[in-house]
Formats: sequence, structure tokens, C-alpha cells
Amino acid sequence: MSEYFDKVWGSEDIVLYAKDLRVYFSLARSLTEIITFKKARNVRAVDGVDLYLPRNKVTCLVGESGCGKTTLGRTIIGLIKPTTGRIFYKPSKSLGELMESAGLPRKGDYFDITDARGEIYKLLRRELQIVFQDPYGSLNPRMTIKEILEEPLIIHKIGESESERVEMVIKALQDVKLTPPEEFLHLYPFQLSGGQRQRVNIARALILGARIVVADEPVSMLDVSIRAEILKLMLDLKETRDLTYLFITHDLAVASIICDYINIMYLGKIVESGPTDEVIRNPKHPYTQALLIAVPAPDPKGRWHIKEVPIKGEVPSAINIPPGCRFHPRCPYAFDKCTMQEPPYFEVGYKHHSQCWLHEIKK
Amino acid sequence: MPLLEVKGLKTYFFTLRGVVKAVDEVSFTLERGESLAIVGESGSGKSTLGYSLIRLVPPPGRIVEGEILLDGTDITKLPEDRIRREIRWKRISMVFQGALNALNPVKRVGDQIADAILAHENVTKKEALERAGELLKAVGIDPRRINNYPHEFSGGMKQRVVIAMALALNPDIVIADEPTTALDVVVQAQILNLLKKLKQERKMSIILITHDLSLVAELADKVAIMYAGKMVEIGPSDDIYTEPSHPYTKGLMASIPRIGGKKELYWIPGNPPDLRSPPPGCRFHPRCPYAMDICKVKEPPYFKVGNLLTACWLYEGKSKEGG
Repeated sequence: MSEYFDKVWGSEDIVLYAKDLRVYFSLARSLTEIITFKKARNVRAVDGVDLYLPRNKVTCLVGESGCGKTTLGRTIIGLIKPTTGRIFYKPSKSLGELMESAGLPRKGDYFDITDARGEIYKLLRRELQIVFQDPYGSLNPRMTIKEILEEPLIIHKIGESESERVEMVIKALQDVKLTPPEEFLHLYPFQLSGGQRQRVNIARALILGARIVVADEPVSMLDVSIRAEILKLMLDLKETRDLTYLFITHDLAVASIICDYINIMYLGKIVESGPTDEVIRNPKHPYTQALLIAVPAPDPKGRWHIKEVPIKGEVPSAINIPPGCRFHPRCPYAFDKCTMQEPPYFEVGYKHHSQCWLHEIKK
Repeated sequence: MPLLEVKGLKTYFFTLRGVVKAVDEVSFTLERGESLAIVGESGSGKSTLGYSLIRLVPPPGRIVEGEILLDGTDITKLPEDRIRREIRWKRISMVFQGALNALNPVKRVGDQIADAILAHENVTKKEALERAGELLKAVGIDPRRINNYPHEFSGGMKQRVVIAMALALNPDIVIADEPTTALDVVVQAQILNLLKKLKQERKMSIILITHDLSLVAELADKVAIMYAGKMVEIGPSDDIYTEPSHPYTKGLMASIPRIGGKKELYWIPGNPPDLRSPPPGCRFHPRCPYAMDICKVKEPPYFKVGNLLTACWLYEGKSKEGG
């Protein structure tokens, strides 16, 4: 294991990684299907993914809707149980000792948290957190900001008294720059703007001392003029609190600005991954290339021009994933092999991998 | 005479908690075959402006003042039945926001498009369905699919159906309210291409309502920037993108994330105001880095700055007052 890390990741300290992760959701069978003994069909939301999260870095998952990026994000931190595959985590020292004594399977510094349960699972929740996409739906409208932020403290039995907890809440509000914090304590979510609500969401994710934060499209529902402010806050917190982010987005432009590493997802697979600048400047997978062409450019000069995107149609359903390379029905370069055999990952640059048979030919 | 001329339009919502001035004294013109983008953040009044143009402002909102001149006729004064017969859909149609849910799920798409035709023209059902097929073809869908139900289409295709429906009566103006928000980038690019083609081939005027300035650059000849119910700047898109004048437009332009651009994050501090009690003077002054004393008390008129009309006191004296 460590050899692979050294070779691919060099100086990066991987805090969490997943191997061959699969998440299938089975569909209910119709009456005719039950009578004819048809097998239940699966939605293969995540279908064989390896993912590495380098410490204190922003790793992006970029993909179109339905590609499984949200499912993958939630699985990584244990909110969804994977169908197969393992997740390994290098915990904080204190949690590591507890995991050690609980007898969790381990590989070097890493513990296998896939089947973590009970007390260990609860303690993991403190270190692995999530910021949800919808700042309007993810805060309970009938709780005040103080109650929202105090709740995780109560659940995890942190703080001796209410006044001690309120102090922690105030500190958390200051950290996300909701100042003066006292004024926000007794407000309800509807009294806050979208940006302020997303700050509360971030504060809630961090109040228990998170080390890894999955940010699921945290700014896509915010106005353009304030998005960057939330992103900057998240990046600042990353520095001051040594956080590691898995940033989920459909917006390549945002990803190109804030991420250190990019993973391009298509129908449950990561088809291309690598350092952001590498992937953006030198995309190798035909899908990544098409995405980059499709992104509208904020320059009116080309507006007369009909911009042909080289790929056709839309993402097929994750119930019937095409055989061979799953991208082949839409790929402009597809040839025979693509329709039959799934391509492996080819190393196409430093830390840069792409899953496409074209690279074999070039070799 | 321009195809559409909006003069001093005010659309207010009379809610129990006060009057919301969603559209406050907005004026602009639109020529035949021209595309105008109305850009603003949520709550800036851009959708309400769109609804005002086809006289579909939902209650408790209504147009309280101003004129909407279509070929010189003020449609704010026309009675509802004439609007329905002569204007709405026939002259001005709309692709609604959230178009994915705009189709009736229990009706074949062909019938839904034919309905729009039958309501306005004296044709048989068969002819109407034939035309529905042609419209589907025009938006890149196999005409045989008129017999399919909405759930048999993907998101991008539903969006095309809704656009086909907006074209049913060959209107002069199509208003597209966030036509691609729920769509993925690849499909978004396809829809944009479709709108570009329709504009070029049919000489159709398009009013694009959106918050996405990248999208606007792909389609619009002219851009109007809305802030808190006011149109703060309007002009040709080349000028808006290269030399924006209004501090708000400048801020918006700087906050667009660009692929391969600088890796700096820029934003406009503060939040848009509550439209029930907008700040006095210029509504942008609490967030404006250049705010002066006059901005806090007196609303700025439009000044002509190059090819742009800009509602900002910074340009007082430097250029002549415009319309």
C-alpha cells in the first residue's frame, strides 16, 4: 500500500481512501417481473470507484446530474453503506486508539471504517462531516440558530452546561464570520439570507471538530455575487483548521478555481482524475474534453458561432449501463474494443489518470 | 419603431407585509431579431418583468404604471380577452422557468402543442398535430414522438418540447426564463445552439432571463442588468462585458468564475436588499465600494457612458444625462 502512495501521491498525506467502491440501489420489481421471476434491477449509482483524499487539500468530484457524485460523497463518510468496497481512514490520535482497542481492521495507519458501528461510528461522525447543497432545506425552520448548532453538541455530550455550549456556538458563529454572533443566536433560518444560512451549515459541520468535510454543491443555490465569499470562507477554514475537503460540483469553472485535484465522474465511474491544472489544461478523456467545450464562456464575441459539442445525446440511465466503456455510445472516437471491454486506467501524466482505450493506441 | 418598447414599467406586489416593488420604473427597447438578456440575482425582479410582458403577473402583483408598446400598441391597457386572443403566445410567448415540470404529465406532448394552436387558429385537430410534429422537428426531436408522454423524454428533450410549444404560433418574441438551469452543461450547450439557430433562421426576438452571465454572453446582443427591481445598466453586450460602467455590473463580471482565468475569488460584499423597504437613493449604495453622499439620498438617473446607459452618480458631469 505505502509503495503505491509513495509512487502516485509523493508528498501528499492521504487521510482517507476508498477502494473499488460500489453502491447499488435495488429497484422494486413490478408484478409482472415478480411473476416471471425476473431479477430485481439495480441502479448502479457508484460502480467501482477508487478515491484518495490528500490532507488539507481540496479534491473535487465533477459530473453531470445522476453521475453518482452525491452518493459517492455520502458513502465516503459513512452516511450510505457501500454494496462492496472498503473505505480506509487515518483517524485522529485519540480516535485511532479507540479504534485500535475496538479491534477495527487496519492497514498500517489506516483503519477500515466501512463496517464501523456503535460508539466508533458516532465518534467518526465528529471527524467526517458534510455541508449540504440546499441552504434552505437543510436547516430546521422551527429551530433557532442556537438550537441548530447546539444539537450536535448535546447528541455528542460535549459541554458541561448550557452556558458552556452557548459559548461554543458563539465561537462557531465567529469562525464562519456571522458577527456579532449574539445577534444570530435567537434568529430562525428564514430570517437569514442564503449566504448566511450556508455559513450556519458550515458552522454545524465544523462544531464537532471535523477533519474531513464533504461539501455537496455548497454554493450552487446561492447568488453569483456571494458565491465566492462562501468559497473563500471555506478555503480559509481549511487553512486554519487543517481540513480536508471533498468538493462536489457540476461546475467546472468553480472546480478549476478552488480544487487541488479533480475527479471527473461519469455514470458511477471516475473517468479521469489528476491535479486540477493538468486536467483543465490538458484533458485526456473524451468526456472531459467535451465538458470543457460545453462550458459557456463569458465572452460575447463568439455568440454568433454555433458551438458544436462533440458528444451526442444525454447520460444514459444508471439502470442500464452500456457494456464495455460506459461512455462509448456518446463518444466521438469509439471503436470496436470500447463496446466490448471496459478500459483500465492509463497513466497519462503526473498523478493524472484516464480511463480510455485511446491511450493504449497512443502508447 | 422598435418591435417592443417598455416605458417606466412598475409592477408591484401588494402583500400583507407591505408593497414589494419588484419592477420599478424599467424601460428598454427590443428590435426584431434582437436578443436581450435580463440579468439579475434572485429577487431582482427579472422574472416578474418577464411575466409583466405577457401580462401574467401572479396576484397579489400587478402592473401599476408604465407602458409596454408592442408595435406601438400599449398592451398594458388591453382587456384580458384581447391579450389572450391577440398577444399572448401569438405575438409574445414564454418558456417558463422549471420547464421540466411545465408539461402536463397525463397528456401526449403532441396534443399539448396542438392545444396552443387550436386555441388561436381555426384549423382541424389533424392539421394542428401535423404542425406539432413540424415544431418538434424544428427543435431537433423526431416528429413521430408527438404521441409520447412527457415522462418518455429526457430533461433536455422536455426542454425542447417546451421551446417548441413557445414557437407554436410563430411569435415575434420568445421570453426564456432561466431556460437551462436544471440542465447539464452538455445539454445546456445544445439548447443554446437551438436558440441561436431559431433566432437566426426565424428572425425571432429573444428575451433571456437569467442570473448566469456566462450563458448571456453566448446569446445576447444586448444586456440589461437588474438590481433590486431597478434596471441599473443596459447596453450592447460587447460593451457590457469589456467595459462595464455600473459598480454592480463590474462586481458581477469579476465574480464570474472563469476556466483558465485568475485563481482569485471575488465577490460583492453584503446582500441584496429586502424589496419591501429598499434603501433610499441608489439601491446598490450599501454594497457599493464607490458610494458617495448623494448615492444615499437621491436615486441616480441614467447617464450615457459610451454605448451604455448607466444609473450611477459616478458618471454625473462626465457624460450627458440619457433616457
